[in-house]
Amino acid sequence: MGETLVSLWNLVPGWMQIGIYSLIKITIIVAPLMLAVAYLTWLERKVIGAIQIRIGPNRVGGGWGLGQPIADALKLLFKEIIIPSNANRFLFIIAPVLSITPALAAWAVVPFTDSLVLANIDASLLYILALTSMGVYGVIIAGWASNSKYAFIGAMRSAAQIVAYEIAMGFALVGVLMVAGSLNLREIVLHQQGGFWQWYFLPLLPLFVVYFVSGVAETNRAPFDVAEGESEIVAGFHVEYSGMTFAIFFLAEYANMILIAALTVLMFLGGWLSPFPFAPFTWIPPLFWFLGKTVFVLLFFLWFRATFPRYRYDQIMRLGWKVFIPVTLVWITVIGVARFFTPFGSFFT
Amino acid sequence: MTEIRNYTMNFGPQHPAAHGVLRVVMELDGEVIQRVDPHIGLLHRGTEKLAETKPFNQSIGYMDRLDYVSMMCSEHGYVRAIEKLLGVTAPIRAQYIRVMFDEITRILSHLLWLGAHALDVGAMTVFLYCFREREDLIDCYEAVSGARMHATYYRPGGVYRDLPDSMPQYETAKGHKEKNAARLNEQRQGSLLDFIAAFTERFDACVDDYETLLTDNRIWKQRTVDIGVVNKERALQLGFSGPMLRGSGVEWDLRKKQPYAVYDKIDFDIPVGVNGDSYDRYLVRIEEFRQSNRIIRQCIDWLRNNPGPVMLDNNKLTAPRRETMKRDMESLIHHFKLFTEGYCVPEGEVYAAIEAPKGEFGIYMISDGANKPYRVKIRAPGFAHLGALDEMSKGHMIADMVAIIGTQDIVFGEIDR
Repeated sequence: MGETLVSLWNLVPGWMQIGIYSLIKITIIVAPLMLAVAYLTWLERKVIGAIQIRIGPNRVGGGWGLGQPIADALKLLFKEIIIPSNANRFLFIIAPVLSITPALAAWAVVPFTDSLVLANIDASLLYILALTSMGVYGVIIAGWASNSKYAFIGAMRSAAQIVAYEIAMGFALVGVLMVAGSLNLREIVLHQQGGFWQWYFLPLLPLFVVYFVSGVAETNRAPFDVAEGESEIVAGFHVEYSGMTFAIFFLAEYANMILIAALTVLMFLGGWLSPFPFAPFTWIPPLFWFLGKTVFVLLFFLWFRATFPRYRYDQIMRLGWKVFIPVTLVWITVIGVARFFTPFGSFFT
Repeated sequence: MTEIRNYTMNFGPQHPAAHGVLRVVMELDGEVIQRVDPHIGLLHRGTEKLAETKPFNQSIGYMDRLDYVSMMCSEHGYVRAIEKLLGVTAPIRAQYIRVMFDEITRILSHLLWLGAHALDVGAMTVFLYCFREREDLIDCYEAVSGARMHATYYRPGGVYRDLPDSMPQYETAKGHKEKNAARLNEQRQGSLLDFIAAFTERFDACVDDYETLLTDNRIWKQRTVDIGVVNKERALQLGFSGPMLRGSGVEWDLRKKQPYAVYDKIDFDIPVGVNGDSYDRYLVRIEEFRQSNRIIRQCIDWLRNNPGPVMLDNNKLTAPRRETMKRDMESLIHHFKLFTEGYCVPEGEVYAAIEAPKGEFGIYMISDGANKPYRVKIRAPGFAHLGALDEMSKGHMIADMVAIIGTQDIVFGEIDR
């Protein structure tokens, strides 16, 4: 039996073998990711519920409401997709696809542990930067194709915002690159070995803050959620979307959130490394540390949402251009000067 | 080259920040507002005309439904107009009860304003914190009148009944365990006054909670400072009243300037703003929370020590006691007459205003000597405020207009009437 399977497998042409292998690997990453997205919505509702002295979901699937995300997904699946009469049908349908593709594709280079990574490419940081900035096209096209003034305003806001924050984010990554000396995410993590005081969040503290806040802005989360701004432009770019098309925007937003959290962990919080490089802590598997840190960072996303009022659109621009970009530029200079001209260079390696 | 034109956009009536049924037609240059045109009338119920078709004491319930978050204050205005025409004054205990409930109502209304305003600006947690306290105050309404919102508690000649000695208790139900009910009932063991006293004890700390979330928050300040500025002169010209006027620096409060009920016997301060922007109005209302709390405490002290009647003993005007009706023919006739034809009010006209949470709420009433008012004109504070929306939001962005609607504390029940 086993031998026949192996011989059958050998009959498959080589390029197809690679394809099948990759497909299996992709499924292994994407399926848990989708589950994580579903339960992130559950976590969000529970956590914000606790902050707001409410209970949160508690009916579907037992007292903890664990069936709620599944029920929500089913509901959205069965709802009608309404296309506004004067909308551009093709762009209207393609927009959610454009927004979820980069959110999922970026996971290809994320190293979950030392060995668990789909594609360990050299320029993975560059790849991440390229893909995360693609997501905005989905938003802009959705706003334009809907033929609605509210959606259009949302799209314009989003476009302007992304330009500002993409630059700040890019500069923050330049700092990481300078310190780690590598564009490969796995190498970046391995450079941070030796306890939490070796992690990059200490020498790169300003960049860490800028990166994380830009990440919140990039994912259109409160307090930077001007693109959907509930109380101003109703739901912004996805105001005309319903059913599964809406659900895909939703999935993309949350997948992006998890991605930004994971990247923050990888670049600034030591990835899968344990915070203390000695006995009891090193027994815990590295995957646990990675996931644990990611959830920890995600909790900040939720906490922000529950606490802060929303920025106004021009104030976000000001924060991006006049605060974040100068901060990153200054700190990059500090790193460069410190490394090559002062004795404190070792702090930045 | 084609000319770039402004575009118009509809805001509401189905909009999450439209505060009910506000419809605004905005003329926008990019996101900057050139002109806003508020449209009203979507909640018009003809309250003034309805009041002209009913005996005097049967329209009190309509007043609850005007500004449906400051119910008893509107009742107070209407009841005071009738009392002024009749030339009667309510017993002193009733007046203290009225003042106490006016202030409870002020806190109720301001809590809703704070929650809604914060939600408009994007901070959602404040809303739920505010509603936690609102729940307790609405329980006070329930304890005293049986209704949680539309109380109809003030009557010409006093209040419907004295404060109850016990609070309604929570019961257990499916999903509502005994432990839960017991925790909720803990505060409700004593009389209503005990319950309110316990509330005043903890309320200042609650206001501190809201302030930690907002007052020094950079984003909150960026969103409210210098937004919707109205200077002193303009505020007066536009007919502002209440916190909108005080936020612009005019020290005007009917409770101090034309004291009614027992406000002249009570010690409190009027907070006044400086710049007349949204932030100042926010601070004014936050301070009014604390001042109202102070007033309630003084009322509780007085009410604890001074029992007495809460209704005039004049059966031409107030309903006779139930038990006397069983034995006394005269009482039965009084009751019948009072609830069918009501009472006639001497000819004349009167304007009675009170300081409602949103500003000066006035009733102008003309009586031709019949049992129904000849004309009732309601002066709703929100109407004048909404009229200034265009002036306040010109040159700001869409997001600011939402914040300005929030700071104006618009409630459509009173604007459309």
